[in-house]
Amino acid sequence: MSAPTGTLDRRTAVKALLADRGDLLVISGLGSSSYDLFDAGEHPGNFYLWGAMGGAAMVGLGLALAQPKRPVLVVTGDGEQLMGIGSLLTIATKQPGNLSIAVLDNGHFGETGMQLSHSGLGAKLEVIASGAGIRNVSDIADMAGIERFRNSLRDLAGGPRLARIRIAAGEVERALPPRDGTYLKNRFRGHLGFQVR
Amino acid sequence: MDQIATHQDSATSQDWPVAIYRTLKDFSVAQVSYVPDAGHSKLIKLSHADADIKTTVLTTEEEGVALSAGAWLGGDRAVLLMQSSGVGNCVNMLSLMASCRFPLLTLVTMRGEWAEFNPWQIPMGRATPQAFEIMGATVLRLENPDDTEEVISAAASLAYDGDQQVAVLISQRMIGRKKWTKETH
Repeated sequence: MSAPTGTLDRRTAVKALLADRGDLLVISGLGSSSYDLFDAGEHPGNFYLWGAMGGAAMVGLGLALAQPKRPVLVVTGDGEQLMGIGSLLTIATKQPGNLSIAVLDNGHFGETGMQLSHSGLGAKLEVIASGAGIRNVSDIADMAGIERFRNSLRDLAGGPRLARIRIAAGEVERALPPRDGTYLKNRFRGHLGFQVR
Repeated sequence: MDQIATHQDSATSQDWPVAIYRTLKDFSVAQVSYVPDAGHSKLIKLSHADADIKTTVLTTEEEGVALSAGAWLGGDRAVLLMQSSGVGNCVNMLSLMASCRFPLLTLVTMRGEWAEFNPWQIPMGRATPQAFEIMGATVLRLENPDDTEEVISAAASLAYDGDQQVAVLISQRMIGRKKWTKETH
């Protein structure tokens, strides 16, 4: 049994999520999620992961705890989140109101030949997140849902939240962000006003 | 009433967790994450009791590596506590720290070396220093409680000022021989 894939175009969805981003800080999971974030617009408040599979949500948690007055968004894929599924439980123990996770769910491992993921085989990430103790979960299949989720990001008392965003499984053209990690780190810290020594 | 593992008190296992805590405070550490270990229990309690430290329990150790990276991005210094059995779980996530030259300070209580009664703890304990070293982390040893402040301070400087990944392995001898006792909690 495979779950129906979504119809949302991932690039359109991420662009809409990032519209008028204000003081939003964004971490992206490796692979297509990083390309989507880059395609939505370069910004020093973006930190793109190019590896560390399973770590995006936890990088988001460390950042959200350090910057409680800034909204933090993690944009990642179903495969990346599945590898770090325990991090949903860890995030729930801290209840960071400023942390949101957008899981772009196409039910497949897109970078490696489009093998079906556990999500594609029936697992429901928003239900798992809810069971883990994530306060605010949603299952988004249309642009109106994206818009509602985007509007909620700045409510720093409303998180943690996780949205499963049903995207189409098709390939899109790669848009490659910078991949020098030290550069990305220093750029991000500089954006927050920390001096690079 | 639960049967829990405690450690025998000896002259060498008294206040070193307090010395670690004080040194971390001197370095303005703002986040602590951990997978529980009996050897770290006192430090974990001190950390939870400190309103200025955000303390996070993990489901697996590599979460704490990624958390430390995020903390640094946001301007916080973080420390990761684990026992040696969890070090292997971190190997791939350590590539995040190396690729971005993120500081990492992790304090590892050793199993599988001094008077270990559980053979299942021995292989990972034996491989612990190499598991860090193959990923480019620096390994320091804390063998004597009297050296606690000096070793933790040196490791913290190397991590936070030198942008290095540093593991301090805390000798099982300091933690003491494991005893099973009954305690009420």
